[in-house]
Amino acid sequence: MSTGVTEKTQTTIGGIRRKFAPWTDPAAVPLIRYENVSKRFGEFVAVDNLSLDIYEREFFALLGPSGCGKTTLMRMLAGFEDPTEGRITLAGQDLVGMPPYKRQTNMMFQSYALFPHMSVWENIAFGLKQDRMEKGAIDARVDEMLKLVKLEKFAKRKPHQLSGGQRQRVALARSLAKAPKVLLLDEPLGALDKKLREETQFELMDLQMKLGMTFLIVTHDQEEAMTVADRIAVMNHGKLVQVAPPAVIYEQPNSRYVADFVGDVNILEAKIEAVAPGNVSLYTSVGGGAKLSIAQNVEAKVGDSAFVAIRPEKVRVDLEPPAWQEANCLRGEVWDIGYLGDLSIYHVELEGGVRIKAAKPNLTRMVERPITWEDKVWVSWLPDSGVVLTS
Amino acid sequence: MAAKAPGRWMVVAVPYLWLLVLFLVPFLIVFKISLSQDAIAQPPYEPVFDLAAGWDAFKEAFSQLSFENYSYVLSWDNEFIEAYGSSLWIAGISTLLLLIVGYPIAYGMARAPKSIRPTLLMLVILPFWTSFLIRVYAWIGILSPEGLLNQLLFALGLIDEPLQILATDTAVYIGIVYSYLPFMILPLYSALEKMDETLLEAAADLGCPPIAAFWKITWPLSLPGVLAGCLLCFIPAVGEFVIPDLLGGSDTLMIGKVLWTEFSVNRSWTVSSAVAVLLLLVLVVPIVFYQNVQAKEMEGR
Repeated sequence: MSTGVTEKTQTTIGGIRRKFAPWTDPAAVPLIRYENVSKRFGEFVAVDNLSLDIYEREFFALLGPSGCGKTTLMRMLAGFEDPTEGRITLAGQDLVGMPPYKRQTNMMFQSYALFPHMSVWENIAFGLKQDRMEKGAIDARVDEMLKLVKLEKFAKRKPHQLSGGQRQRVALARSLAKAPKVLLLDEPLGALDKKLREETQFELMDLQMKLGMTFLIVTHDQEEAMTVADRIAVMNHGKLVQVAPPAVIYEQPNSRYVADFVGDVNILEAKIEAVAPGNVSLYTSVGGGAKLSIAQNVEAKVGDSAFVAIRPEKVRVDLEPPAWQEANCLRGEVWDIGYLGDLSIYHVELEGGVRIKAAKPNLTRMVERPITWEDKVWVSWLPDSGVVLTS
Repeated sequence: MAAKAPGRWMVVAVPYLWLLVLFLVPFLIVFKISLSQDAIAQPPYEPVFDLAAGWDAFKEAFSQLSFENYSYVLSWDNEFIEAYGSSLWIAGISTLLLLIVGYPIAYGMARAPKSIRPTLLMLVILPFWTSFLIRVYAWIGILSPEGLLNQLLFALGLIDEPLQILATDTAVYIGIVYSYLPFMILPLYSALEKMDETLLEAAADLGCPPIAAFWKITWPLSLPGVLAGCLLCFIPAVGEFVIPDLLGGSDTLMIGKVLWTEFSVNRSWTVSSAVAVLLLLVLVVPIVFYQNVQAKEMEGR
């Protein structure tokens, strides 16, 4: 499967192709609606008064650490848990109280949950047989699914005769066979090794676009979520912290939690000195004290304390003070260098003891690096690289 | 490596030696007796091999061995074949009843909260702490015409005259089901407990309601346990002697009882040996079958 299309598009009435973003369209009707949903297990609150809309043909990721409620949220859609409070609708139909076997959702389980006593073929046919489809139609559909996941030759094998990657494909084929309204993927690639996982991520995206189905994926792997999803919901303690497309989650996190959970980040404490439309000036006491300037609209008062988040790849390290800008320049000393091959990560200790990470791509073959351990350096970044966070 | 070899040999030899001395040799003795003839002597059969009497005497004794007892046992005129048939029938029905009673118990145990499972397991094994004989005797007290069951039914006004349960085949079924239940429950429990419950979620997710999911997923996956439990109950039940003797009636025909009568009442060591050897033959079939199933299951892993 090749990924021909990298960006999902939808055609408007005028025939103009534009970006797939139904969540920005107030007229769009969501396929899945969570309305003030709570789920408690005894004293433990797994999902806390949460509302969320997911649209048709969306690839939606629930991201968060274990125990944040993401799996519970998905299991409530599948019908394995009922919400303690609130309403869940799928295509306008109220799901609460409906048993899982009547719902038009299918799930790919983390453990795959393949039936060990059935062959690959029988596993895929299982759901179709429940619908009392006629024999010929089942045969055709199973063959189609086997072809889709490239397992035609393995139809007669039992699950224990397959490799991990093949089992994962059988599980996928089985959950797709009934063409559900929503496909639920519970940590679907967790058991695969890194290379296979990356490959499969692209295959999943490709498949989702080709089939035009709605996918809901649960993962704790932020790279996976970033790769596959149209939108990501970052969860913590049963609540949604931020729901946005991957680039927004990464570049404009709404809180320290999101900035820290998704990708690597440096966070500096600062005080707001001036607020102007499209720009904030701050002062930080680290690095010998420095003025910071961030190009961003912020609702805050002068004198408030705030945090500045800056991604390592957006931080420059220079031996000379940067002449091109006054703000966002901090002094420090190279404390450590991590050489990753493609990147070198400079850990710079600022005056005052705070450490900041800067990632530099190794654009040329490097034997002797211009900047090395214990060098006195300047770290700097552009005003539109950082983000001011007030929470 | 060379130093290891004798130790290894020992490990293999010990169980084989055990089986040879305590199983194969006694069996060969029984087999030899079954080929002998009754005699008023000590021991009560002849010929007796006397190695001190020399080779010719041995050959002479050997020539006296015959399969006469087998033709006697297998003759339709005698009740032995009927007793074998009736034993297999009673054991078969009992095994079916055990499965029907044991499966829900094992299922309930396997689906119980993890914390109470050891307690439930303990409760299943608990009856073993009381002598088997005493427990079977206790059933006489329950099932007899003046027994606890009839008293209870009288008190509830459900019957006018005592139910005749004791000394019938029904009492034998009750006795076997009661006594053998742990042997049915334990293998079933171990098979059901191993099962991944997500499989049932997957079945439900694919549109399969719970009862259908039981027959399509749980039942086939528990089959090794079902087979192990059935054979574990069926094999000893065929040769059961105590239960039909204490709870059954005079018309309850079971091979164990027949063997006992032949041995103690008719004092025929030779015929009872032949009965025992044939019983073993009858049981070898399910035992071999059981081992095949086990071997297959091991391959599957």
